Amino acid sequence: MSDTIILEVARFNPEDGGEPSYQSYEVPLRPDWMVLDGLNHIKDQLDGSLAFRWSCRMGICGSCGMMVNGMPTLTCETLLMNYAPGPIRIAPLDHFPVVKDLVVDLDDFLAKLQKVRPWVVRKDDFKPAREFMQSPAQLEAFHQFSLCINCTLCYAACPVSGLDPNFIGPAAIALAHRYNLDSRDQGIEDRLDIVSQHEGIWDCTVVGECSVVCPKHVDPSLAIQQFKLTATKEWFKSFLLPRGKH
Amino acid sequence: METSSHDILIIGGGGAGLRAAIEIAEQDPRIDVAMVSKVYPMRSHTVSAEGGAAGVAGKDDTIDEHCYDTISGSDWLGDQDAIEFFCNEIPKELLRLEHWGCPWSREPDGRIAVRPFGGMKKMRTWFAADKTGFHLLHTLFQTSLKFSTIVRYDETFATRLLVEDGAVRGVVAIELRTGKIRAIQAKAVIIATGGCGRVFPFTTNANICTGDGMALAYRAGAPLKDMEMVQYHPTGLPFTGILITEAARAEGGWLLNKDGYRFLQDYDLGKPTPTPVLRSMELGPRDRVSQAIFGEFEKGRAFHGPYGDYVHLDLRHLGEHKIETRLPMVRELCLKYENIDPVREPIPIRPVQHYMMGGVHTDIDAKTPLAGLFAAGEAACVSINGANRLGSNSLGEILVFGARAGRSAIEAVRNGSAANENAILAQARDEERRIEERFLRRTDGTEKITKLREEMQRAMEKGCGIYRERESLVESANKIGELRERAGNLAIDDHSRTFNTQLTAALELGYMLDVAEAIVHSALDREESRGAHQRRDFAKRNDQKYLAHSVAHRSAEGPPRIEYLPVVITRWPPGERVYGR
Repeated sequence: MSDTIILEVARFNPEDGGEPSYQSYEVPLRPDWMVLDGLNHIKDQLDGSLAFRWSCRMGICGSCGMMVNGMPTLTCETLLMNYAPGPIRIAPLDHFPVVKDLVVDLDDFLAKLQKVRPWVVRKDDFKPAREFMQSPAQLEAFHQFSLCINCTLCYAACPVSGLDPNFIGPAAIALAHRYNLDSRDQGIEDRLDIVSQHEGIWDCTVVGECSVVCPKHVDPSLAIQQFKLTATKEWFKSFLLPRGKH
Repeated sequence: METSSHDILIIGGGGAGLRAAIEIAEQDPRIDVAMVSKVYPMRSHTVSAEGGAAGVAGKDDTIDEHCYDTISGSDWLGDQDAIEFFCNEIPKELLRLEHWGCPWSREPDGRIAVRPFGGMKKMRTWFAADKTGFHLLHTLFQTSLKFSTIVRYDETFATRLLVEDGAVRGVVAIELRTGKIRAIQAKAVIIATGGCGRVFPFTTNANICTGDGMALAYRAGAPLKDMEMVQYHPTGLPFTGILITEAARAEGGWLLNKDGYRFLQDYDLGKPTPTPVLRSMELGPRDRVSQAIFGEFEKGRAFHGPYGDYVHLDLRHLGEHKIETRLPMVRELCLKYENIDPVREPIPIRPVQHYMMGGVHTDIDAKTPLAGLFAAGEAACVSINGANRLGSNSLGEILVFGARAGRSAIEAVRNGSAANENAILAQARDEERRIEERFLRRTDGTEKITKLREEMQRAMEKGCGIYRERESLVESANKIGELRERAGNLAIDDHSRTFNTQLTAALELGYMLDVAEAIVHSALDREESRGAHQRRDFAKRNDQKYLAHSVAHRSAEGPPRIEYLPVVITRWPPGERVYGR
C-alpha cells in the first residue's frame, strides 16, 4: 500500500473573486493519523493559507466537523486509513454559508440554540438549600440529550435544514428536549411554544440522518418525535384545560 | 478602526470567563459586560476536563481537611488564606452549577455522588461521569444565554491590552471572520484565557492553549508568578497526549511496569491493596506519580514504543459495567485513538504536560498589580495550587475565582475614573499598524512559524521536563532567546483578511515565546526541588530560601527579572508530604 494519500480540499476565499475550487495535496498516510492530522500537515508543511477550525483533537470541543467524501464527519476522530487508497474529498459542512475554505458561518446556529431557552427554568422560584434530588433514573431520562457537542454535523446531514434555513434543526431541538426531560426544569411550556411552531418540530420529515451522523450517539430524531408527541398532548389538553394565553 | 466600549470586558470564554460573566449579569443587570473569545465559548478547553471537581460534601469530611490536602499537595507553596477561601466557596459553587442544570452523577437516593481523587484524603470529588468539564462548560454557556446583558465577541482574537496612566482600559482584537481590527474599551478587564500547554511538544492541552492572556498581561506590565511549576499528568496516550483521567485510578485502576508490577510501592507511595486507598499508591499526587513513572523509564522497567517509553494503566479488573458507567469517555478515547478496549487490554500511558500552576499574579480577590486588570482560572496564579495542583481542584478554581473576578471588576467599575480616550485610541492605532506592517502586509520574512514552534517545544521539553538541571535550563533559555529574535522575521504567505489562521498562529507563537521565557528563567532561578519543580542539581526542598513565589517581570531587553514573594502561611506550618504511610 502507498505511504501517502491525496486530499482534495475545498478552497474558497471571498477576497479572491469568490469562486470555490478544489486543491489537491499529498500527505503521509500513517496508521495513527486522523483526517485532521492530514489537514494539519498541509497547514504546517505545504500551504499555510488553508483555513479550518480545530482545537481539542479528542472529539469533545466540536470544532472540526467537515464533509469528508460527502459525509458530515468529525475529522479529529476519523482515521485517514479508513479512506485508503484515496483520494479523499474534504469540503465545508453542507447547509451553512462558507466563510473561507473549510470554515462555515455558525451565527445562525448559535441564535437557534439561544432561542430554545437551554437553561433551567423555574416557575416557582424554588431554590433548595442543597441539591435538587435527582435519581439515577431521572438523570438517565435526559442524559443522552445532554451529550451534544454542538458540532453541527446533524445540520449538514438534515435535508430539511438544507431546504428551510428557518428550521430550528436537530441539535437545538434535542437541547430543548434535554431541559424538558430534566426533573429540575419547569420550562416545558415556554419551549413548546417556540419549538412546536412551523419551523420547529413539524418541519422534520423523520429522515433520521441526524441521528446516524451524530459522533456522540445523541438521537435528535428521537427527541423530535418525542417532542411531537408531547406537543400533540399539550394541544389536546389546551382544549380541556385552557392555559389562558391562547 | 471600529471601536466600542463596555463596562467590563472578559477575555476568554471558558469556564472562568463564563462564570465571571454570569456573576456580573446576576449582581447588576445595569452593568454592560462583554466577552472576547478566540473560539465559540463551548469550544474552550474547559470542555476537555474529565474527572471532576472537589468540594466538601459528606458529613465525614471537613473544609480543614480539604485545605490540608491542597496545602500538602502544593508542597506548601500554596497561599493558605486563598486555599481556605477557595475550599469554603467551592461547595456553594458546585451546588449553584447543580441548580443551573449540570448533570452531576448521583447516588441511588438522588443525592450528588462523589468519588476519590489523587492526593485527597476524603471522597469529595463531584463528577458527571468522566465528562465533567464538558458538562460544566455547556451548563455555564447555556446558562449565560439567559442574560441579554452579556455581549459576546465570538471568534475574536485579542492582540494587546490598552493601558493608560497605569490602568488597563480595554483591548485591541481582530474579528476573525472579517479581519477587522477593533478597539474595545472597558473600565475593567478580566483575563480568563486558560493555560499555555502548547509551549510543550507533548501536552493534553488543546490547540488554543497558547498562553494568550498570560502574555497580554505580562507585556502590559503585570508579572507572571510561579511559572516554573508545570504539571505533568501521569496518564496521557503515547502518540496524541490525550488525557486519560485520574478518575481511572480513582475507580481502582493500577499502574504497572513491563513486569506487571505495581511499581508505585517503590516510590514511598504506600503498599498495594486490591481496592484503592485514599492518598496512597495510584491515588498519590500527580507530581509524585509522574516522577515515579519517569523513574521506571530510567530503570529500564518500562515498555519501549514508537513514541518513547510507556507503562500500563490497567482497568481490566474493574469490569465492563463499571468502565461503561463511570469511565465511558476513557473507553471511547482508547478505542478511537489507540484501537484498544480497556475492558480487555491495559492502556499504554506516559506522563504528559497538563497544567500550569503558575500564571498572572493575582491576590485573593483576583486582582493583578495593574489597576483595572483581573485574572482567573489557569491563566491566573492566586495561588491555591502552589508547586503541584491536586486533580479536581482546577474546575472548582475557575468557578470560585471566576465569580470573584466578576465581583472585583464590578467594584472597579463603580470606583472607576474617566479615561483619556484619545490616548487609548492612539495606542489602538499603533497596534493596528503593528499587525498590518509586521504580519499582514509583510512579504520579506524568512522564518517559518511551524519550524520556530517546533524548536521552542523541543527546547521546553529538554529544559523544563519532569527533571531539570542548570546546564539544560541555560541551553533552553538561550534557545528561547534566539527564537524570540528570529520571530521578528516571520514568513507570512496568507495576506487575506478573512479568517486568517496563519496570522493567529504567528501571534500565538509570539505569546508562547514570551511565556516560555518566563517559565525557563523562573525554573533556572529556583535552586531547590519542590512539587513539580525537580532539580537534579538541587534535589532537596529549601524552605529557608524558597518558601516563596517566584514573580517574573518582563524587561524591555533580555530575560525577565525574577523576584520572590513570601507564601502566606496561616495554620499549617510547612511539613513533610506523606502519602501511603
